[in-house]
Amino acid sequence: MLNATPRPIPADHKYLAECSVPARAGAGLKGQHIDDVLSDEYKMGFFEVHAENYMGEGGLPHQALTQIRNNFPITVHGVGLSIGSEKGLDNDHIERLAKVVDRYQPGIVSEHLAWSTHDNHYYNDLLPVPYDQATLDRVVSHIGQVQDRLKRPILLENPSTYVAFEQSTMSETDFITEIARRAGCGLLLDINNVFVSATNHKYSPEKYLSEFPLGHVGEIHLAGHAEDKDDDGETILIDAHDRPVADEVWKLYKDVVTQMGPIPTLIEWDNDVPEWHILRREAKIAEAILDAVPEHPLLGERHASAAE
Amino acid sequence: MPARLSELSDEYNVTQNTFSSLLLDPEIPCPKGLVSPSGKADAKRFSVYRNNVVVGLTGALADIFPAIQRLLGEEAFMSLARLFVADNPPTSPLMFKYGSGFAEFVEAFEPLKNYPYLGDVARIERLWLDCFHEADADPIAPDALAAFPPESLGDVVFEKHPAARLFSSQFAAVSIFSANRQGASMEGINPAIGEDCLISRPDAQVDVRQIPQAATVFFQSLFDGQTLGEAANAASVVDPEFDISMAISTMLEAGIFSSCKINNEEPDPTGR
Repeated sequence: MLNATPRPIPADHKYLAECSVPARAGAGLKGQHIDDVLSDEYKMGFFEVHAENYMGEGGLPHQALTQIRNNFPITVHGVGLSIGSEKGLDNDHIERLAKVVDRYQPGIVSEHLAWSTHDNHYYNDLLPVPYDQATLDRVVSHIGQVQDRLKRPILLENPSTYVAFEQSTMSETDFITEIARRAGCGLLLDINNVFVSATNHKYSPEKYLSEFPLGHVGEIHLAGHAEDKDDDGETILIDAHDRPVADEVWKLYKDVVTQMGPIPTLIEWDNDVPEWHILRREAKIAEAILDAVPEHPLLGERHASAAE
Repeated sequence: MPARLSELSDEYNVTQNTFSSLLLDPEIPCPKGLVSPSGKADAKRFSVYRNNVVVGLTGALADIFPAIQRLLGEEAFMSLARLFVADNPPTSPLMFKYGSGFAEFVEAFEPLKNYPYLGDVARIERLWLDCFHEADADPIAPDALAAFPPESLGDVVFEKHPAARLFSSQFAAVSIFSANRQGASMEGINPAIGEDCLISRPDAQVDVRQIPQAATVFFQSLFDGQTLGEAANAASVVDPEFDISMAISTMLEAGIFSSCKINNEEPDPTGR
């Protein structure tokens, strides 16, 4: 595949950042799909796993992931580090993540701009942070802590949010740009999250993307969302990961990769998980879009500056 | 900044302490300082987070305790799970470790007091998941005992496989667990008859098998490091008719030991 060349992780000056993940479409790995995936003649570009699902000592999960790893590039996506936590990171959890990364040598390691643990309670959800100086300093220091342990840069994912903090003093894109610059991390651009948050906070997703530091992006996420109404009867979108990617999100995706060039792109489908061929169909749509974009995109100069 | 002014601005700062305290308590309104585009606190929007947390955690419990869910029905299970979640949020980001206090919670739940076996069914489900994630080790070969001279067999000691557990219930919790995991009928099960089980992972799949009470004593003695002879004696005290050959074939089939050797000797380097 012409466009499948791995691209460098556009991050960090401190650690060697080689990426073995091709600029193709991948899928979130689900236990129920393992046999179908291994016997499928179509070879997905890569598979992404949630780090926490492989933090057990042994058994079937590791057996299955080892098989996948022997046949595909993988990426590790953490959901439990609580990078935005006010009370610091859990060193035991960083160690557990390091163990998964050591064991499977993923091409990309990513986490979320969110918190999920407070006072020893884990809420199993990606909760929002205010965009102010104190939070920025904290997140930058936490990412540094993780990267120093893993000895590699991570990608940080933009969140989907349902409320805004009155105490925020900067825009989400300014906040994220500053994190990438100071922490030396790359970014994971979740375009469904952009669309969800833009709808929920009534801004233009196109404008958001024009302000997003695309030169730092090392991976894209796509997923489906659900719709609801708020107290004022206004539409709110929920980042549900339970259905196909919406048409508006595909359009934004096409615009972004036309600017950026081919990039590893993951289809996430975590709830009401369909049969393998349905998830594969979504990935093939992304792959077709990637195949159609030029290898040397409009963003050449910005890439060069990000890789300094 | 003058003290007064900083107090004033703090009023609108929503800390993670505030945020998290509201997640599991739907009675408290949305905190000031978290707003919609119209600039006001919006309960519906905040409830998306509440809903995500509650649905996520109750869903995790449903995954861990499918037999309990089948026994209670989905609606009753979810109501019970919501109550449990509100008072017992997870303390680890590893969701497969969640629900350790669920059995006790179910037992103490007044409306379920006529179903006293539910707690033990939940305990077996929790042990099932512990075994599922336990460390890997090769179990001893089916003919491992043939390597020892017959006169030394009584002195053989074993090392437990990481994914092996024993459980005893004063109820028919094993049969009830199995029937509900398989979607089978509970007809013919008398809940009041106590049962024991051996939980193990002979290959990647977790296996729960019912065993006689004397076999529990036998295996527990071996887990504790006693010799085959000592364990056989302990089992015979419980049941003079204890069938040791049956118990030995069960333990080899279930793969509950990762090594064996003659007591006080170095392990056989062939690993048998």
